[in-house]
Amino acid sequence: MSDTYRLAVDIGGTFTDVVLERAEERITHKVLTTYADPANGVMTATDRVLEIAAADPADASVVLHGTTLATNAIIERTGAVTALLTTEGHRDALEMALENRFEQYDLAIDRPIPLVPRHLRLPVHERMDSRGEILLPLAEQSVHAVLPLLEEHAVTSVAIGFLHSYINPVHEQRVAAILRAALPDLSVTLSCEVCPEIREYERLSTACANAYVKPLMATYLASLQAKMGARGFACPVLLMTSGGGLTALATAAEYPIRLIESGPAGGAILAAHLAQTSDCSEVLSFDMGGTTAKLCVIDNGEPLLSRSFEVDRSYRFKKGSGLPVRIPVIEMVEIGAGGGSIAQVDKLGRLQVGPESAGSEPGPACYGRGGERPAVTDADLVLGKLDPTNFAGGSMDLDLAAAERALHSVAGPLSLTPQMAAHGISEVVNENMATAARAHLAEWGKATEGRVLIAFGGAAPLHAALLAHKLKLDRVVIPAHAGVGSAIGFLIAPVRYEVVRSRYMKLTSLDPSVVDGIMQEMRVEAQSVVGSVASNETLLENRKAFMRYCGQGFEIAVELPAAKGLLQASELRQRFDDAYRELYGRTIPDLDVEILSWTLTLSAPAPLTPIADNWRKEKLAKPVATRQLFDVVIGELVDADCYARDAISPGDFLAGPALVIEEQTTTFVATGFTGTVSDQGHLVLERHTGGRSDG
Amino acid sequence: MAELATLQLQLVWDRLLAIVEEQAQTLMRTAFSTVVREAGDLSAGVFNTKGEMLAQAVTGTPGHVNAMAASVGKFLDKFPCATLNPGDVLLTNDPWDGTGHLNDFTIVTPVFLGEQCIGLFASTSHIADVGGRGFGPDANDVFEEGLRIPISYLFRAGELDATLMMLINANVRDPITAEGDLYSLTACNDQGAKQLLEMMVDFQLADLVAVSNHILTTSADAMANEISRLPNGRFENRMRVDGYDSPVDLVASLEVRDTTIHVDFAGSSPISPLGINVPLPYTEAYASFGVRCVVGNDIPNNAGSLRAVTVSAPAGSILNAESPSAVSARHAIGQMLPDVVLGCLAEILPDSVPAEGASCIWNPVFRNVPAGATGNAPFVEFVINPIYNGGTGARPGKDGLSTTAFPSGVRTTSTEVNEATSPLLIWSKEYLTDSGGVGKRRGGLGQKIEIAHREGAPFIISKMFDRISHPPRGRFGGGEGKTGAVYLRDGPQLAAKGRDVVPAGQTLVLETPGGGGIGRVAGRERTEVLADVRAGYVSTDAARASYNVDPDDAD
Repeated sequence: MSDTYRLAVDIGGTFTDVVLERAEERITHKVLTTYADPANGVMTATDRVLEIAAADPADASVVLHGTTLATNAIIERTGAVTALLTTEGHRDALEMALENRFEQYDLAIDRPIPLVPRHLRLPVHERMDSRGEILLPLAEQSVHAVLPLLEEHAVTSVAIGFLHSYINPVHEQRVAAILRAALPDLSVTLSCEVCPEIREYERLSTACANAYVKPLMATYLASLQAKMGARGFACPVLLMTSGGGLTALATAAEYPIRLIESGPAGGAILAAHLAQTSDCSEVLSFDMGGTTAKLCVIDNGEPLLSRSFEVDRSYRFKKGSGLPVRIPVIEMVEIGAGGGSIAQVDKLGRLQVGPESAGSEPGPACYGRGGERPAVTDADLVLGKLDPTNFAGGSMDLDLAAAERALHSVAGPLSLTPQMAAHGISEVVNENMATAARAHLAEWGKATEGRVLIAFGGAAPLHAALLAHKLKLDRVVIPAHAGVGSAIGFLIAPVRYEVVRSRYMKLTSLDPSVVDGIMQEMRVEAQSVVGSVASNETLLENRKAFMRYCGQGFEIAVELPAAKGLLQASELRQRFDDAYRELYGRTIPDLDVEILSWTLTLSAPAPLTPIADNWRKEKLAKPVATRQLFDVVIGELVDADCYARDAISPGDFLAGPALVIEEQTTTFVATGFTGTVSDQGHLVLERHTGGRSDG
Repeated sequence: MAELATLQLQLVWDRLLAIVEEQAQTLMRTAFSTVVREAGDLSAGVFNTKGEMLAQAVTGTPGHVNAMAASVGKFLDKFPCATLNPGDVLLTNDPWDGTGHLNDFTIVTPVFLGEQCIGLFASTSHIADVGGRGFGPDANDVFEEGLRIPISYLFRAGELDATLMMLINANVRDPITAEGDLYSLTACNDQGAKQLLEMMVDFQLADLVAVSNHILTTSADAMANEISRLPNGRFENRMRVDGYDSPVDLVASLEVRDTTIHVDFAGSSPISPLGINVPLPYTEAYASFGVRCVVGNDIPNNAGSLRAVTVSAPAGSILNAESPSAVSARHAIGQMLPDVVLGCLAEILPDSVPAEGASCIWNPVFRNVPAGATGNAPFVEFVINPIYNGGTGARPGKDGLSTTAFPSGVRTTSTEVNEATSPLLIWSKEYLTDSGGVGKRRGGLGQKIEIAHREGAPFIISKMFDRISHPPRGRFGGGEGKTGAVYLRDGPQLAAKGRDVVPAGQTLVLETPGGGGIGRVAGRERTEVLADVRAGYVSTDAARASYNVDPDDAD
């Protein structure tokens, strides 16, 4: 048993991370993502960790895997040639979308381009009504009529999406059968399976996105499975989903759209785990990379979940500029604030940072790869927070002079010194993130006070203390192995599957036995997925109803009791009132309530017992060097101690201003903060009231 | 340190912008009125103690832009800051003191730091029913349109004016949601106030004086700078639209003088006997929005940036309808104003200005025929208010957007949801081929919608449509968009405005207008025409006849 281990593999946009976890140790390796066949990169990195660990593939108990391939295929529009078979008269629902402009004052905006062009959105003669009654029987000849078109246009994947299929799927199912019989190689997605929810635009958008990535993901997953098998791995491969749960490979191949955003989900799961083990009931996780920052609310060890997400927000990450998908997701707010975010002075003389990003190519000016405009990382370098000779584990030297040069484009118009301009950039980007955090917390009816900030991702530890200061948060945790946080999150994630059904009903005319029937049906479906990879005894069940006051436009998720027995309307009303009050502060007593959808989630917790983490200040840590940091109050450089993350151990503490440097990132401990290494190796920053933060 | 102080002022400004966005989001999520929630028919802003607006949320409706900004000054004229106390909340729905019709309630809440009033929050939202004839253009004066409340106290020192609330509840058809919406407005202002006070602590501010000066001066300077790049001169445009029972002329003269723009609507039609008249604040809002789409569109709205553009219209004209004119459906004319103003600017900003579009949203109200009206058994009761859009005008360098709201920022509602909450069936809802005006840049397409009752029962439609007789015009040689239409599939055309009964068993057809084109058709690339034909946006026949491109010819 002691020889068995678990392997986590995270394919990101730039890097592929592999983590081998065995007893008390974690062995990690990072390689560049290999786009031609990403499985190659996975195998290279896997071989390397196996070699370091002297481990045998046959001893692996499970492989946990997350990938951004599906997301990339949508953003870069490299998915399959996809057709949509839809109810006659409604083929433009996918393109009309919500008939709105997401930006009021820009006349030149483009609406998101649908994944299926109009000439491949093919009408089928059939019609259901909202009660699931057939108004027009399926005219099978209208399906046979499109077959030649599919071949003519070399369509390899088809989405079937009919009106009201969420309540009666028989027409979609029959069309799928006809297609599979006629064209056995065709990939087929049914909207009633991938997203059985009311609202045709969002359901069809989800079905088309699934169809669009399905062939590619099927090929990739098969290739990975074959290569793992050939290498001697006999264990199951589980896939990380955007909802923060793991699912079986076969399910993943059928519903690959559920795999998008698995990397960020892994990060949130890691933060949630940390929240549980360090006894933090209310947490804000903060992930800042090169282009964006993501924030996630975690209460009582559980990240906020939702069912709506937009892929490819192509206009300044703005809501409405992407393609909606309705899948279980960990709810996060993402803004254009990262190390590569570009700073500029607008026509009002206001310093603006992001959302435009220098990315990794050419990258910030200090990368010396041709970037000439100042980025957040350039500002951090000029402020002294980064060591130009010890960045990314020393793999790359930063060019301080180039950063200062680039800052002139901001410093000049504002009549600031380069340092002061850098301070301004840091302030603005931190304020942007604080604003996003406040808005997100308010949107979900959550308080800011008392939260612990858990920061990971390349740029987050550098900005976390200042963000905490702005949000008046007293504690920040920088996890160990923050650089491969997503992969580590996979190791902690539960096996989980969520099923949804739309059944419209009013609370005053609720039939508890109908609700029970829906729940049983969903339970069977969830069990068939989860039961294939987890034992049935330990499954946790979670039920929700999506409810609103009659006539309102947005439903809220209401947690239901998982217990057996019929659910009464009075109980539902009570729970709705409680949830509504938490979000909006009041209820409307005399108004009827309606329910649009129901979800049921089954999860099997990860096979590991959380170890409680503690920290206490035992001895002063030893600095390895000093660096000069710009102090904005006195306008001069002051000395700050530098520490090597791998040279400080549990019980060590230090006081800001200080820098803690590790291979993947640098933590800035601002004035007024102390840092302590916890038993589990996490770095805990505490804000001491009365202290100030400088930037 | 002076430079640091400027940066601080910017951060405070950014924070104020974030606070009003959040104020608006709170309102949108908690509102009951459908158009507020779904369409964002609301506004939210923060003001200094002089009543000057410092920041306003960007919401679904430009119709509130200047209207609400001007409104707070009127509140303070009646109840000066010095007379207000913590816990006071003021309201009005007067069309001439607020945002142009009785459905819009504006709530103003002063904020106190200690004893000192430091600013005010205002918010406006559309309440579904205010009594009278109900939302629609059919009244002959404002008294028929419902309950009108002059600027009054809703709360005094935290205490609700119960008499006023009773009065409101007694005069509207849906008191539960009206009361809910008034609380929701009050709560979103409170949310803003709470955050403003936190901001004051975070930035160690005692008042908003320095911040106000910075915001208003910076914005005014930026607008002045933008306008000074335009040539001085007077630019004219006129546009004829359907109106209610006779066509309405909208005539504008836009004068650029150094650092200001003035738009005057002299020559526009006189007031209508029906409820499509526009109070001046609403005219100012949409005219000003038209300018700001292309001049300084990235400068935030506040008293400083707004004062660069002024608007006038002769009293008694349809664009300066005085009390007691009927104004309920003022949006039907008001939403046309950006097209009129943009037309004035086309000569000097040819690379920014789009062609005319459908512009007025198509928001029919469908409901059952009341029991007894036909002597038949009562029909299933329902009321739905879907929003449909036509095409926008072509943009310089880009085609128009098909079935997209402009200038309004509304969203449509789902066909499945409309069918689940009513007995109507939307048999089809598709782009209308060839409805976009031809040109180098094609206008956006309108749509064709076919609606019938599931049980074959009759149903009522209340219409506030336009561009059925007068199409959106193209620009610089581009063709006009296709006019809209409303008719029974087996019967006659219906009027653009007013109420009709769709008889039992009949199918109603709506065709929303297409947008106008820009530039001559000869300028359109053959490949673009072929792509349009392939997608079915343009028919093969139209490709031949209008673009002189034969899709059957091999290249």
